[in-house]
Amino acid sequence: MKWQDLASALFAAGHGITQVGDLLVGEPEFDGRTIAVVGSADHAPIGVAMALRQARVLLDTVARHPGRPILMLIDTQGQQLRRRDELLGINRAMAHLGCCVDLARRSGHRVLGLVYDQALSGGFITSGLAADACDALPEAEIRVMRIPAMARVTKIDRERLEALSQSNPVFAPGVDNYVAMGGVRRLWRGDLQACLREALADAPTGDHRALEGAQRGGRKLAQSVIERVLRA
Amino acid sequence: MTSAGIESLKFEFKGARAPAAFAPTLVGVVASGNLEVLLEPTDPGVCRIDVQTSARGFARIWEAVLRDFHDRHDLSGVAVSIHDMGATPAVVSLRLDQAVAEIE
Amino acid sequence: MNPPRSLPAAARSSYAECSARERIARLFDAGSFEEWLPPAQRVMSPHLAQLGVPCAFDDGVAIGRARLDGRSVFVAAQEGAFMGGGVGEVHGAKLTGLLRRAVVERPDAVVLLAESGGVRLHEANAGLIAVSEVMRAVLDARAAGIAVIALIGGANGCFGGMGIVARCCSAVVMSDIGRLAMSGPEVIEASHGAEEFDAQDRALVWRTTGGKHRYLMGDADALVEDDVSAFRGAAIEWMTQARPALDLATLEAEHALLDARLNEAPEGADAYALWHRMGVPHPHRLGDMDVAQVRELRTSLEGAGT
Repeated sequence: MKWQDLASALFAAGHGITQVGDLLVGEPEFDGRTIAVVGSADHAPIGVAMALRQARVLLDTVARHPGRPILMLIDTQGQQLRRRDELLGINRAMAHLGCCVDLARRSGHRVLGLVYDQALSGGFITSGLAADACDALPEAEIRVMRIPAMARVTKIDRERLEALSQSNPVFAPGVDNYVAMGGVRRLWRGDLQACLREALADAPTGDHRALEGAQRGGRKLAQSVIERVLRA
Repeated sequence: MTSAGIESLKFEFKGARAPAAFAPTLVGVVASGNLEVLLEPTDPGVCRIDVQTSARGFARIWEAVLRDFHDRHDLSGVAVSIHDMGATPAVVSLRLDQAVAEIE
Repeated sequence: MNPPRSLPAAARSSYAECSARERIARLFDAGSFEEWLPPAQRVMSPHLAQLGVPCAFDDGVAIGRARLDGRSVFVAAQEGAFMGGGVGEVHGAKLTGLLRRAVVERPDAVVLLAESGGVRLHEANAGLIAVSEVMRAVLDARAAGIAVIALIGGANGCFGGMGIVARCCSAVVMSDIGRLAMSGPEVIEASHGAEEFDAQDRALVWRTTGGKHRYLMGDADALVEDDVSAFRGAAIEWMTQARPALDLATLEAEHALLDARLNEAPEGADAYALWHRMGVPHPHRLGDMDVAQVRELRTSLEGAGT
């Protein structure tokens, strides 16, 4: 879905969300309160600059608007694959963005991620996956890598990967797999405003994704391993 | 456990030399051309060897290497578990001997 | 615990050449390591088995408790030789469990011997989620006041999501052999060509992602020789350093630093040009300088007020 259509569906006209380069930013009203919106558009690659731009919005929100909920809209093709970004420490910039999300969460802001188009590779590790919860539209595309590329890199037959992916959500692309594994909390279907309302109301404050992955059956071991380590 | 890519081989030898009590001991790493070997206590009088390998079709060579290993050490009460990723017989023998050296 | 591969135990001091378990045995106080979920418990990856790929008894990471200079620390050592140190479901859960336990038991530090390509591609989605859980757990540990120290010096470097995790830690110690980045040069070359990043040019790779560069940039807090005892010394030193809490002031300062870095960097992707801009007198000699010389260089750059 185009971000403009999403914004129109979620917020009243005049919501004021704008796109500056690949960055989305705005302060729309929802249910009588202001929400901070920050994110990416046009399948943005996330490099040093994009990570910092999003971090800036988070820091400004924490500094100036205590308690304001934050909605991160995600559409990314993944981390920017450029030598310059590596030279300048893209991993540090991404970590910084993640720390800003974490600061917002700890400072009393509920932070929600919503993958509305694509979330590929590591592009949303320190945005959506660092938030209180990451939701997605049903038509969103979420994957680490396409199966043909995975087959080349792992040297495992493409057909084998595709067959196994029917029963194991771990290695195949697909938003439903991420839901089953607890990585995505829920899909927004139908009345999007109702979905946002619900998401804001029940945003968790702890990381329960391993537990959810076990309950939903897509990631059966992580929670039990964590518990075993705690008891060992 | 065997799945389509991994070959599972099991061997059992009668042995007489029991090491002193030992804790489970691991040597090696699962990397191309390498293997990891875990030694654990088991029933007296036997040395059991369980091999999981991604290099299929070498059962007879494993048999020969492991028989040589057992001839060298004649272990009793030791279970050997191996995850192999195509190590040569020389490397397999080295790791096995390293593992035994750790528990003796 | 493991005997050396080819050299007598006393002779093997290269951190890069040690396995993860050898590093643990040599770096922490002798015999102090108590492993949790040890190999004999066979807590392994179900996904690798399905794919017909060999498993490791510890899924490529050894975790537990040890003493470092008499102090109680939690330890995780990734085995870079197994699946490139990639993080899968079980591997990640071991790290997350360790960090969550640290919040409860409050050791003096958590020491991560990080060697990883990031997400284990064979477990794609599970690996990605696992890495993000590790990241959250590192930040929770830091919020609880626990020092989390990343040691980076393996041949495989510290990449991908683990490269991000490393920079969430309270301190990063690197050897000149170590590399810290997000995407590996091969991935960048595959995506944008050798002109963008020639992955075969080792000197270029290390100029861009290696320990000396990261140390000069401040992305590594300490630079050590490729030596286990050097890593031990640095870990001891940084274990007791008070780290600023990740509050608004700290993150504003970090933001200003990264913003200035981006705005003041010269065009292009050339480390030499960047070092020159930083005030390094002879950028082309940096590759030949030893660790002590690079440390002196950073001290002099800091003294010059850059």
